[in-house]
Amino acid sequence: MENSEIISVRDLTKRFPMGLSEFTALRGISLEFSRGEFSGVVGPSGSGKTTLLNIIGLLDNPTDGDVIILGNPSKNLSVKEAAMIRRKHMGFIFQTYNLLPVYTVFENVEFPLLLLSMSTGERKKAVLEALAWVGLSDKEKSKPAQLSGGECQRVAIARAMVKRPEIVLADEPTANLDADNSHHILQTMEKLNKELHTTFIFATHDEKVISYLRRKITLVDGKVSHDDVLKP
Amino acid sequence: MIRFLIKGLLRDSHRSRLPLIVVAFGVMLTILLTTWITGILGDSINLNAKLATGHLKVITRAYQENMDQLPVDLALTGTSGLIKSLRTDFPAVSWVERIEFGGLLDLPDENNETKSQGPFAGIAIDMFNIDSGEKERLNLKKILVDGKLPSSSGELLVSSSFAQKLGIKIRDKVTFIGSTMFGEMAINNYTVAGTIRYGISSLDKGSIIMDISDARNALDMEDACNEILGFTGTDYYDDAKATEVMTSFNKKHLENKDQFAPVMLRLRDQNDLGTLIDLMNGVVGLISFIFILAMSVVLWNAALIGGLRRYGEVGLRLAIGEEKGHIYRSLIAESLIIGIAGSFLGTAVGLSISYLVQQKGIDLSKLMESATMIMPGVFRTKITPASWYIGFIPGILATVLGTALAGIGIYRRQTASLFKELQS
Ligand SMILES: Nc1ncnc2c1ncn2[C@@H]1O[C@H](COP(=O)(O)OP(=O)(O)OP(=O)(O)O)[C@@H](O)[C@H]1O
Ligand SMILES: [Mg+2]
Repeated sequence: MENSEIISVRDLTKRFPMGLSEFTALRGISLEFSRGEFSGVVGPSGSGKTTLLNIIGLLDNPTDGDVIILGNPSKNLSVKEAAMIRRKHMGFIFQTYNLLPVYTVFENVEFPLLLLSMSTGERKKAVLEALAWVGLSDKEKSKPAQLSGGECQRVAIARAMVKRPEIVLADEPTANLDADNSHHILQTMEKLNKELHTTFIFATHDEKVISYLRRKITLVDGKVSHDDVLKP
Repeated sequence: MIRFLIKGLLRDSHRSRLPLIVVAFGVMLTILLTTWITGILGDSINLNAKLATGHLKVITRAYQENMDQLPVDLALTGTSGLIKSLRTDFPAVSWVERIEFGGLLDLPDENNETKSQGPFAGIAIDMFNIDSGEKERLNLKKILVDGKLPSSSGELLVSSSFAQKLGIKIRDKVTFIGSTMFGEMAINNYTVAGTIRYGISSLDKGSIIMDISDARNALDMEDACNEILGFTGTDYYDDAKATEVMTSFNKKHLENKDQFAPVMLRLRDQNDLGTLIDLMNGVVGLISFIFILAMSVVLWNAALIGGLRRYGEVGLRLAIGEEKGHIYRSLIAESLIIGIAGSFLGTAVGLSISYLVQQKGIDLSKLMESATMIMPGVFRTKITPASWYIGFIPGILATVLGTALAGIGIYRRQTASLFKELQS
């Protein structure tokens, strides 16, 4: 299983309607991701990084070509089935943390588990474990407003990881963080990637992120211009 | 999940406070209005019951045909036996005999020649027997204008404007001229003990009240009366109970095809009071409906604003794979919780105020001195069993409806741009 293909992007094209004409954001992209990769999509602003992540995350549909997630061609998936795959197999990390302000750290991390059928005891165990991964065991009862930006993003990582998804998609996760905090969360994610064999895909132009990547896919103008393995 | 939602509601006062206040306020108003209307219409129904219809009335079939003429010749006979069996069969109802009759009242001068004369409608009630409760029922102490209440037979009460018209003074001797139950001429002399005013012009124009024993003597109605009235325990008319008693009584007498066989009527079968009762229920329904509409619109808007505040939350939940229907239902569940809580609150406050007004009343008698009985001077609300739940209908329906409308936006939300939306 270690190196099996988990995401396969095939000749993917995405066009957005722009008034009467169309704008092509992705032009014929083909990529394979194996289980346990720690990879990033980089490139200048407007090159299509977010658009690609959206389609891999089953939040948007390709115009042409297809994305096969865990053996499921996205073309064949209904909205409900796509939601089910996100719910069970994917974690999302955003540039802003999008924590629910009225809930505690514990409850924020617990939320994705409420959508899966898990007992209270199982949930509690999983949440405490996830908080330990990101080093926030002592903040379990805090509210997001009482945390620093770096801590919020660590809560968001715990929320993405708590159900031990196969895939985590992170769009500019360090954009709102200073250098120290950026390194801290990147180290956390690197560790989780190693321990849990979770596949991470970043979209970023942050050099700090890039320095942690083991694979760097460069997009220019909606096309893959380079696909480099940085570390074995 | 429900626990999760309740936690959110308790902690986020923005989410719960406004809808809660709207619901509680609307529910409270619904209850105040309905109890007020039930109180006022109920009072006038009540007045009719006491004066004329009873909650139940036993008469003869023949009398029923000509009820508006109050004929004494079509009266019930053997009433002491009849009332006894009524009291045994329906002990929860208080039964009283009355005679409704008409005739001429004549005021003679010193030479026993007619000085003045006028037609009247009379009610003969069981006045001297305290157990009958008739004095209180007709509120005699309150409507007495001058003189005193009759204390022995041979005394009667005359309505004040009638007395004025005929020039009758307290302690005057008057003569009743009419016809007996057997169609013979009846002439009897009485002393006017006092004058009364109902505040109902049709009654004040010409009516008298006397004790039933006097009327029996005058009209030759030994062991007879033309109406037996029944009053159910509570002050207010209980249609279901009245129907039950009537059905059971009438079934027994169905076989008796005699003209003079007794037949029982409910309050709602008389004087168009059925229409009034239906109107009352209709108005209560209408009030609930109006409040459902008005509150729904307010709560719809509140939910729309709430939806904007929680735009990010909904986006996040969609992104991590919660289905739209699930989010929608969870919002409805939240609104249901608020609707129930608000309805409880509004019902508690509304019933408390209603209860105070029901017990103490709002005294407007100074403003309406001329109307003594038809419109009781003291307004009272009336809490009925329905008052306990009536507020929950608009309370819950409006919150759920408002949220259901506002939440439709969730179904229009595209997931395609969630990464972008959740960026800022
Ligand atoms: N919904 C849309 N409708 C129209 N055009 C869009 C839409 N989404 C993205 N685009 C366009 O597609 C191109 C790629 O956008 P995308 O957001 O993927 O870029 P990006 O590489 O993530 O850029 P950045 O680094 O600034 O986040 C841009 O030119 C953008 O304007
Ligand atoms: Mg982007």
